[in-house]
Amino acid sequence: MEIPYTVEARPDTGLYNAKMGIWLFLASEVMLFGALFSSYVILRTGNPDWVQHPMNVSLATLNTMILITSSVTVIMSWASLRLKDFAKFRIYFLITLLLAGGFMVVKGIEYNQEFSQGLFPWSDNYMGIYFTLTGLHGLHVVGGMVVIAYLLGPGAKMWKTAPEQYVNRVESVGLYWHFVDLVWIFLFPSLYLL
Amino acid sequence: MGGHNSPEDIKKETRTYLLVFVALAAATVLTVAVSYLDLTTPQAVTLALFIATIKGGLVAAFFMHLLSEEKFIYAVLVLTIVFFIFLFVIPIGTYADATGEHFTMEGVEHGESEAH
Amino acid sequence: MSSIDEQHPEEVPELSEEAHAGVHHEDHGHQEESFIWKYIFSTDHKVIGIQYGITSLLFLALGFTLMLIMRWQLGNPGQPVPFIGNLLGQANAPGGIVLPEFYNQLGAMHGTIMVFLGVVPLAVGAFGNYVVPLQIGAPDMAFPKLNMMSYWVYFVGGMVMLASFFAPGGAANSGWTSYPPLSVAVATEGQTYWLIGMIFLITSSLLGSVNFIVTIVQLRAKGMTWWRLPFFVWAQLVTAFLLLLAFPPLEAAGIFQLMDRVLGTSFFLPSGLVVSNQILQVAGGGSALLWQHLFWFLAHPEVYVLVLPAMGIIAEVIANNTRKPLWGYKPLVYSIIFLGFMSFAVWAHHMFMTGMGTVMNAFFQITTMIISIPSVVILTALLITLWGASIRFNTPMLFALAFLPMFGIGGLTGLPLGLSPSDIHLHDTYYVIGHFHYVVAPGTIFALFAGIYYWYPKVTGRRMNEMLGKIHFFASLVFINGVFFPMFLQGLAGVSRRLYDGGATYSHAQGVLEWNAFMSNSAFLLGLAQLPFIFNFFWSIKKGELVDSNPWQATTLEWVATTSPPLGHGNFETMPVVYNGPYEYSVPGHDDDYLPQNMAPQEG
Repeated sequence: MEIPYTVEARPDTGLYNAKMGIWLFLASEVMLFGALFSSYVILRTGNPDWVQHPMNVSLATLNTMILITSSVTVIMSWASLRLKDFAKFRIYFLITLLLAGGFMVVKGIEYNQEFSQGLFPWSDNYMGIYFTLTGLHGLHVVGGMVVIAYLLGPGAKMWKTAPEQYVNRVESVGLYWHFVDLVWIFLFPSLYLL
Repeated sequence: MGGHNSPEDIKKETRTYLLVFVALAAATVLTVAVSYLDLTTPQAVTLALFIATIKGGLVAAFFMHLLSEEKFIYAVLVLTIVFFIFLFVIPIGTYADATGEHFTMEGVEHGESEAH
Repeated sequence: MSSIDEQHPEEVPELSEEAHAGVHHEDHGHQEESFIWKYIFSTDHKVIGIQYGITSLLFLALGFTLMLIMRWQLGNPGQPVPFIGNLLGQANAPGGIVLPEFYNQLGAMHGTIMVFLGVVPLAVGAFGNYVVPLQIGAPDMAFPKLNMMSYWVYFVGGMVMLASFFAPGGAANSGWTSYPPLSVAVATEGQTYWLIGMIFLITSSLLGSVNFIVTIVQLRAKGMTWWRLPFFVWAQLVTAFLLLLAFPPLEAAGIFQLMDRVLGTSFFLPSGLVVSNQILQVAGGGSALLWQHLFWFLAHPEVYVLVLPAMGIIAEVIANNTRKPLWGYKPLVYSIIFLGFMSFAVWAHHMFMTGMGTVMNAFFQITTMIISIPSVVILTALLITLWGASIRFNTPMLFALAFLPMFGIGGLTGLPLGLSPSDIHLHDTYYVIGHFHYVVAPGTIFALFAGIYYWYPKVTGRRMNEMLGKIHFFASLVFINGVFFPMFLQGLAGVSRRLYDGGATYSHAQGVLEWNAFMSNSAFLLGLAQLPFIFNFFWSIKKGELVDSNPWQATTLEWVATTSPPLGHGNFETMPVVYNGPYEYSVPGHDDDYLPQNMAPQEG
């Protein structure tokens, strides 16, 4: 039994199923991060005693560059795959994974710095929001890493058995990944610079 | 979808991606640079969010191919943005319009309603 | 279940060209599957629908039982609960007498279980999953594996919720609304379980809603245009969008509250809060109202999630049993879309008493009044459909007919709640409880019963017994009104909700206290009234009258294009092609009084 439009696009919508699915999922993520940002604004503007601790802007800027680069490598990997260059795809995809890992390492260093300064989520609402927002974002990075690793590893078989579907999966993961980057683009100034 | 599979088209797309990357990198530097300017809070917020929106827009338009996406996706995103705006504006509106001062002791200090 | 035993997974359904696209074959193609993959971790929407159905019905029964314990206490204060009193635990009910702390747990869990573990999984997870692919002519949902995961994540969430009863201090006890500071600073461990359970349930919901939308948009059969979609499918589509976009803020809020409880953050805790004569040792600076905004942003659309699938079911049953097309099909569709949209703009009518200013107050009153319009259009269109109809008064139709006035009462009693001057008096009273139970209990749950009686033959190949069905219906109708109508009287008198003693210590309640015993007795009788249904449900699996594929002579694809029960993987012998609208009953010039959606037009 085949599910229609798993691989080729349905004519009237112009979409294959997974692409619609991932965009719908991203819409829900917009609402999730929207709620978090909205809460940040409310908590911050409503509290006259809000403390904006100095944060490690250099590390965060580095992380911003890491994520932006990873967005480029993920889309380059998809382009390579469409050019049927599996070797190049794997390299770009692997670099994306490594950059993501790098992001998490830098995040870990940052968190460590904050802990050693006695700054914890419960210290005040700024730290609370900071750890929650970056923590959830980090979880999304890890989630993306898991899927990328799967597609590089056991999931790569599909390139041989169902190449078009594999390309679609890579495209869908790419879309998710760009969204993760997009969230950070807003997170960075909101938390670190304002 | 982002272009068809002809190698020329894909190679052209690749150029675009690299250009966008450069723009994003520059915008990041700009974001950090303007944070050192002496601006009022509303000005700083507006500027930072403006630059972030440009960056995000570039990612969405070119990396996520939103520029050439299908109507259904546009419709879903427009709907989402409308609800996002509700979620953002309306709660803040209720705080701004509230009886009493700031909310630190909300609900604890004043239980009067304004309705007559 | 016998229906699955009768399926033949080795059959190779003939597939249309579209379905053959792609080289890839699912690995559960046509070989014999092990029991685990076939039934436990099935990716077949029909099996998953049944899983959701059984689990949610069990949760409904549990939620009902919790309510019976509460109503016992309310009607017979201080008396030991009969039969099960000694099983409730010494900490909860020493000597079988319900303690106030336990009463609060019962209240919070009754609401949570009914809404999140009972009604929505039944309406969306069970009915939606089983019927939607069939009605649109699809071989399954768009993402069968995701579907399977949705069910199991729901199951785990349910288990976490159940486990909370055994946590030290008992289950969550801060209402189904979990308002801080109570839920953060005072509530026991069970509240943490509740939050974790909610995160699982929200995740399950999100995965499911993506599946529903993609399925309905992408997998409609050839000729199944938007304006030929059964209203039930439209209802499920709008519902899926509500779930998709409204749940995430509650997920965010749940995470915040979890952190407040477990990590000691103060997202929802203001500075200087004093609990039990001690200043709370937290950083403070938070806002309890922030939780309310995030919670109600979801919870208001959630109540439309509770009602929209019900309206969809009612529409199917009414069209079928009036032998007429639905009156106003297009206005119905536009109304349900508008309703879904507006549901995102009314939430703070649950917060009229929180000190909002007049501008925001007026805004929410206006949007709330506006949202009543599409509901009225829908109800009116369904009512007008009855005019001049050849009504068949079978059990599903009886429940569907009752839905109309019951939902009408529920809707009308919402109006004084949605206007803040009257809400000042009625907020947090029994009037509110009466209002929302009318829409959900004799409203949605009656619609779900209608759906069970209606689609049972499709799932099992047998009818349920009509006599037992009618007894179930009439008894339920009488007693359910006995439970909920007096609540309006108590609420108008000012009796607050969530009171363990039903208002006994308040002077303003004295005149209406007598209704407590009446409502409790009605509740027990309502419980008894379900016994014919439960017996009927199980007995009919083996002994119900056998039926062919379309015993109701309906027009929609699940009846006309496949067997009862439907074929295994793939549903259809050949993928259906649709030529007609969903409710072509009594078409002039046509021999039968119904025209199947997949019947090609005659030549000449």
